[in-house]
Amino acid sequence: MTRLTPRFHVAAGIVAAVLLFGLLGPLVFRGHALGAVVGGLYDHPSGSAWLGTDNIGHDVFTNLMYGTRTSLTIGLVAGLFATLIGVVVGTLAGYRGGAVEEALMGVTNVILAIPSIVVLILISIALGTRSTLAMAVVLGVTSWPWTARAVRAQAASVRTREHLDVARLSGAGTFSLICYDVVPYMLSYLCMAFVLQVSSAVLNEAALSMLGLGPSGGVSLGIMLHWALAWESVRTGAWWAFVPPTVLLTLLAFALLMLQSSLDEVFNPRLRRFVRRRRTTVAAPPPAVRKAEAA
Amino acid sequence: MALTADLTAGTAEAEAPARSGLLRYLGRKAAWYLGALLVAVLLNFLLPRLIPGNPVDAIVAGLGRGGVEGSQLHAIHAHYVHEFGLDKPLWQQFLVHLGHLVHGDLGTSFAQSPASVSGLIAQALPWSIALQLPAILIGWLVGNGLGAVAAYRGGWFDRGAFLGSLFTSSMPYYCLAILLLYLLAVAVPVLPPTGGYSFGNSPELSADFVLDALTHYWLPFLSLVLVFVGGQAVGMRSMAVYELGSDYVNYGRGLGLRDRTIVRYIFRNAMLPQVTGLALSIGTLVGGALITEIVFSYPGVGTLLFTAISQNDYPVVAGLTLLIAVAVLVANFCVEIAYGIIDPRIRAASRGER
Repeated sequence: MTRLTPRFHVAAGIVAAVLLFGLLGPLVFRGHALGAVVGGLYDHPSGSAWLGTDNIGHDVFTNLMYGTRTSLTIGLVAGLFATLIGVVVGTLAGYRGGAVEEALMGVTNVILAIPSIVVLILISIALGTRSTLAMAVVLGVTSWPWTARAVRAQAASVRTREHLDVARLSGAGTFSLICYDVVPYMLSYLCMAFVLQVSSAVLNEAALSMLGLGPSGGVSLGIMLHWALAWESVRTGAWWAFVPPTVLLTLLAFALLMLQSSLDEVFNPRLRRFVRRRRTTVAAPPPAVRKAEAA
Repeated sequence: MALTADLTAGTAEAEAPARSGLLRYLGRKAAWYLGALLVAVLLNFLLPRLIPGNPVDAIVAGLGRGGVEGSQLHAIHAHYVHEFGLDKPLWQQFLVHLGHLVHGDLGTSFAQSPASVSGLIAQALPWSIALQLPAILIGWLVGNGLGAVAAYRGGWFDRGAFLGSLFTSSMPYYCLAILLLYLLAVAVPVLPPTGGYSFGNSPELSADFVLDALTHYWLPFLSLVLVFVGGQAVGMRSMAVYELGSDYVNYGRGLGLRDRTIVRYIFRNAMLPQVTGLALSIGTLVGGALITEIVFSYPGVGTLLFTAISQNDYPVVAGLTLLIAVAVLVANFCVEIAYGIIDPRIRAASRGER
């Protein structure tokens, strides 16, 4: 068995903590309702408002919980959408090859070439009012192409393996081949792609919100930053309005990336540091020894 | 091993087919990118027209709420209905739109009515480029150096540099910008907090203005360069670590090559993707730091986009998104062309002989 590094545990711990805070926080800390006015413009943190108030007197801590929830929802739904579309397009292209591949990859490459922020801005403007779900779908629909491209490469290499010949000979159809014999071999990669998609969706949502194109009517981490900047909380020194969402976004992005890179080390042993120990030996040890070292 | 095989394959190619192969490769790529450009232009044209109702009505109504007078509204409405040619069918509108684009005419701003969009962009663009280009170049150099040394030295230096770089590169660049702004301009006020130059100063070529602009330059520059250093260092380190374990390195060691020689080989191989990364990030010159500029109220493209969005100034938004897309497409195209010329394997792969 491969051993999980401490890095993995730290990263997974942080992600789990943020998830708990966003999903269960609003159920546990019920001091203030979302959108209730509890003070004036940028009141300092106090016993009743733990993180002070924002520009319209709302409790920052309450905003933070609901904002985290919105950002996570958008991230997870968008990540799911993007990974799903990427897998379908990528496996179809990689497995079928030929004209299907040409067509699908052509579309993928064209979308990949156009910067996603451009498409995001244009779609967000065209939508007018944007619900949380709509934003998640838009973010997912614009970010699948690189997953599709990577999955295509993987599927094309899995396609030539012998167990597929066996399955084909025993009469499995294309659909079951793809589901049972191709996709499972890419699961480790899909896992990492999903983590990356979630983190990029969370960050893109924040970026869009700060441009003024966030989910309408709700509060997300990006919207909190948007308000904090628009009402000059940074320059007036109201740190409680912008530090909490900044820290949460950073923590989340950092933890997700660490999670991805430690998963990468587990799945992709060449990246592991034991390679360095090998430097002192003249020739590479046989694979059996390497496996023993990795275990 | 794979490398030598490919090299012999490359030299075995006769001269004439290689030339026509290159031309065909260039043609294919050019067609692809023209297609992508057309899609970008089409999106830019179509999406804002999907706003329920007439875009001009929607925007003029928005202006009305914003306190613009009635007679002015009528003039603006008539002007834009005429300019968009909204009475014509959609495909004709698109052709007219293309014609305008070819002449570099991006239309007129709604919010700052007589000002042309290209004029507004021309004012903002130099600020963005002056901010981004040095940050990208310096960040690239420092980051690659750091990543290479970390991979080679290993141990605590590697662990520290890697985690630090991973942190600054995974930290959203606007979060770093906000924190730096608070720390260095508000909590400890050593640098000016807003804008590209002091209030009351105006852009001109004088020593005063340049000095003033430079003091305003540091903070946004710092916030960008830290992120670039981190990103490049992480990339370079993992490339170098990967190369350190590869067959040719073990073979070289077996031959008893000196460490310095091996390191040189490793870096030459690890550099290739990094050079590509540099070229690609130059493509994001226009649209890469939109939010940094908003955070610092820097008078660049990002701030222009932000105000345009908040004012529903649709022509400015469309002009900027088109510019961002074109910059990225051109950079990607140049990279592909350079690769096609440098590396015979890529041409061969595009013809399907691998």
